[in-house]
Amino acid sequence: MSRTLSESDSKLILRDCGVPFLPEVLVSEVEQVEDALLRMAGPYAVKLCGENISHKSERGLVRLGVNGVDAVKQACRELLSAARPEDEATGVLVAPMATGLREFIAGVSVDPVFGPTIVFGLGGVLAEAIADATVRLAPIRRYDALDMLSSLRSRSLLGPFRGEPAVNREAMADLLCSLSEAATSISGLRSIDLNPVMIVGGAPVALDALIEIEDAEVEL
Amino acid sequence: MITSEHFRALFDPRGIVVAGASTHPGKFGFVALHNILSCGFEGDVFATNRERAEVLGRTTVADLTEIPHGKADLVFVCTPAASNHEVLRQAAAVGIKAAFIASAGYGESGEAGLELQRELVELANELKMMIVGPNGQGLVSTPSSLCAQIVAPYPPAGSIGIASQSGNFVSSFMNLSRQSGVGISRAISVGNAAQVGILDMLEYFADDPKTSVGLVYVEGISNGREFADRLENVCRRMPVVLLKGGSSGLGAKAAASHTGSLATDDRVFDGLCRQVGATRASSISEAFDIAAAFATLPAPRGPRLAVVTTVGGWGVLAADAISATNLDLVELPPDLRNTLDGLLPPRWSRNNPIDLAGGETKDTVPAVLNAVVGHGDIDSTLVLGMGIQSNQGRLEREGPFYPGHGLDRIVAFHDRQDSRYAEVALAASSAAGKPVLIASELAVGDPNNAAVAAVRSTGHYCFPSAERAVVALHGLYEREVWLASLGTPGDGGR
Repeated sequence: MSRTLSESDSKLILRDCGVPFLPEVLVSEVEQVEDALLRMAGPYAVKLCGENISHKSERGLVRLGVNGVDAVKQACRELLSAARPEDEATGVLVAPMATGLREFIAGVSVDPVFGPTIVFGLGGVLAEAIADATVRLAPIRRYDALDMLSSLRSRSLLGPFRGEPAVNREAMADLLCSLSEAATSISGLRSIDLNPVMIVGGAPVALDALIEIEDAEVEL
Repeated sequence: MITSEHFRALFDPRGIVVAGASTHPGKFGFVALHNILSCGFEGDVFATNRERAEVLGRTTVADLTEIPHGKADLVFVCTPAASNHEVLRQAAAVGIKAAFIASAGYGESGEAGLELQRELVELANELKMMIVGPNGQGLVSTPSSLCAQIVAPYPPAGSIGIASQSGNFVSSFMNLSRQSGVGISRAISVGNAAQVGILDMLEYFADDPKTSVGLVYVEGISNGREFADRLENVCRRMPVVLLKGGSSGLGAKAAASHTGSLATDDRVFDGLCRQVGATRASSISEAFDIAAAFATLPAPRGPRLAVVTTVGGWGVLAADAISATNLDLVELPPDLRNTLDGLLPPRWSRNNPIDLAGGETKDTVPAVLNAVVGHGDIDSTLVLGMGIQSNQGRLEREGPFYPGHGLDRIVAFHDRQDSRYAEVALAASSAAGKPVLIASELAVGDPNNAAVAAVRSTGHYCFPSAERAVVALHGLYEREVWLASLGTPGDGGR
């Protein structure tokens, strides 16, 4: 069996490996919201965070573009009261909204024959239909990371796109190498999802993270 | 425990025994002996037959104990699975080091067969013998004129080394070898790969001076990490072209992960090939094209490709194929354009593809080829339209007016010209140390065409189409890029 880590725990671990995330604050009580908002400009993304939450968007546990202290507080209240016991909720994540037209998926998947692999693919709403992804065995070299970018069928999205600058390939390669580091250093790892990795001003930023590990090995 | 001496015994035996030779021409034990005796093997050939029946005019012995010690070092086993323990013991007792086991009835046939196969490997290990198979079709080794297989063909000699998990793919590749003239060094079907498998063969090929490229068909992979690591070590020493069938996955992947659903078996294998520097092909013909390119062409120093064509349409399609690769259909350097202006009528394309627009005279094509191939800003050249003249010559030669009306002279002239064009192109390739690829559907449509025959006679490969030539060249180029990445400081290994 396996279990998932909470979004904030997943991000803590992956941030140490070098994965770029937005600054965000985990608030466990509505009273902490005001302090949290002092550290970042709105509008905000507000998400329920817990050990065992999947399908966050489908369950309405993600609120985007929330403006102002009162609205954020209200969103926190609603999300905390929507939590089910099995979610093992640890609080609400408040982050500044990121905007960008391009989304990718990156992660780690453990292949039954080849072991941990690094996955990079096109994200966004059409991702499943287009199914454009490329895979390498972990660990990867920097050459492999850059080769992964060139291997996507939709690699033209890495160039300048509808007024947005070209994707910083070196930064995206860094992100994939960080995943490789995570793949080889987290014991009992089953999978990592960074979905989406949004391109903000040309730089990749992971907006969500989910680490899945073997249930037997819980020490972090 | 397997040493180079075992591989020497397998591929370059001093003598060979067919165990289970049969008088029935439909049986493997007949075909194997027939093929060994028919293709020029110069070592001793022995055969066992329980009744000591004469086979193909040769006397046989009842079992291996009657073979003089040290005269044979390879046994080709066609006896039933139940007899093979005894065959191996007797073989070891007369100094045999390697066995190719064609017999079926092992791991492929169920649990009991699998047990028998395990016992066979244990016995071979105990006897310090190498066994290939069981359930394999055999091996070919052109340096020893050895055709120890129960299938055809026997290919021309060359430097492609074939290893396959399916014997029929060995035949497929060798059929293409015989048709194109690009030859084979060693070829082997590993069958159930009970003791040694594809990677053992590739590691031997990498050390084998007769082999310059590995051509592999692989289905099942059990230990993925070991496979990747060993393959990478081989690829550092020798190009490897891989064709993969079936699925490597043993089970469903974790359902909680989005990335897991994207990491399909095919994408994992594709990525691993790119990582370890192996060239993955998508079909038998593509795999052979790429292997033939590795075996016969120098490595390109860069992506800059020129296309020389006698007619426009072929160049257009070639340009489309190039645009799907990392190869670069370069803009012609001004000095090269000036040189070509001096050689061609004004209607030539003045760009790349270099369309001669039918403006060639007797000496134009050689001059153009030399100028293009030799230019410092061109890394590779693709030549299209060879063989057109001699194709017309063939129609004339086979028509009702030949040899009158001057046809005999013009047909001979066409043939000479096409031979010369091909020879000039390939001589320019050797002189410059750069790949020149000649592509024409005549390679398949009329292998006796003068241009095609000339390409073949110089040991080169006439690609059956521009698109296939481009895919093969891209394989060569990508390997160079991979090799260069290994030399990058601080980025030299996984």
